[in-house]
Amino acid sequence: MSSTPIFDRLDVYLVAGAFLLAVGIYGLIRRRTLIGMLISGELIFSAASLNLMAFNRFSAPDPVVGQVFVLFIMGLAAAEVAIALSIIIAVYRNYRSVKTQELSELKG
Amino acid sequence: MNPFPASNLILAVAFVVCLATLACGALLAVLSARLIRSVCGLAICSLGLAGLYYFLHSPFLALMEILIYIGAVCVTIVFAIMLAEPDEPAADPLAGKWLWGSLGLGVAATIFGGMGWLGTHGPWPASTVGDGSLKAVGRALLTTYSLAFELISLALLVAILGALAIARTGRTKP
Repeated sequence: MSSTPIFDRLDVYLVAGAFLLAVGIYGLIRRRTLIGMLISGELIFSAASLNLMAFNRFSAPDPVVGQVFVLFIMGLAAAEVAIALSIIIAVYRNYRSVKTQELSELKG
Repeated sequence: MNPFPASNLILAVAFVVCLATLACGALLAVLSARLIRSVCGLAICSLGLAGLYYFLHSPFLALMEILIYIGAVCVTIVFAIMLAEPDEPAADPLAGKWLWGSLGLGVAATIFGGMGWLGTHGPWPASTVGDGSLKAVGRALLTTYSLAFELISLALLVAILGALAIARTGRTKP
């Protein structure tokens, strides 16, 4: 560990963001229900936000830009969750299931 | 100098606690078989992420993270779990199960290794410290980024209407 404390180093935040992204992609591959995949997608969103905030703190000339951008990411994530969940509810009404293996019909 | 003895040590311990919360929440969100526990994992992960935002000199985003992710996103997913019963199906005797598991693990490990190496070894530019206070954020939101601010509210409105329209159409069918 170098002389700077651990919470003031860029690489720690970047490794944490990479861990979140890797866990999210693993969940996206492994999950077999739509809601599980949506949760993994939220983890990937969080990884992107953490990376943006880390670079905003450590190497941006104007630290306001990253905060505004991450705020917009949060708003878009909320909108995306609302739309995705309504689609999931509609799918569940039609198929009585949200397991991805059973949604294999193109025209219902 | 530091006004409080060993304040750096205390801050480091709090930071490690935030990191551990983030990692445990993410793993719980991905690995648990029941989806309600998975949502709890997402909430715990958001809590750790809010702590990291606090360490990144942005308490406003920390509060927004807790408010939006735990207060809105997780609650919405809980509602969807109540309406549909989406528990992870039991381990089906499919031949490709271990193949998919190992493939996912390999992809995740590759991404983590590559991006972690890039993060620790990359030639990132040196830090420039400016004023990132809440006052500056509010001023930027209402002057420089006012168009984006209005657009995001429009996107949220359209998302609400679209969610209503999509979720309502299935109701008329038998």
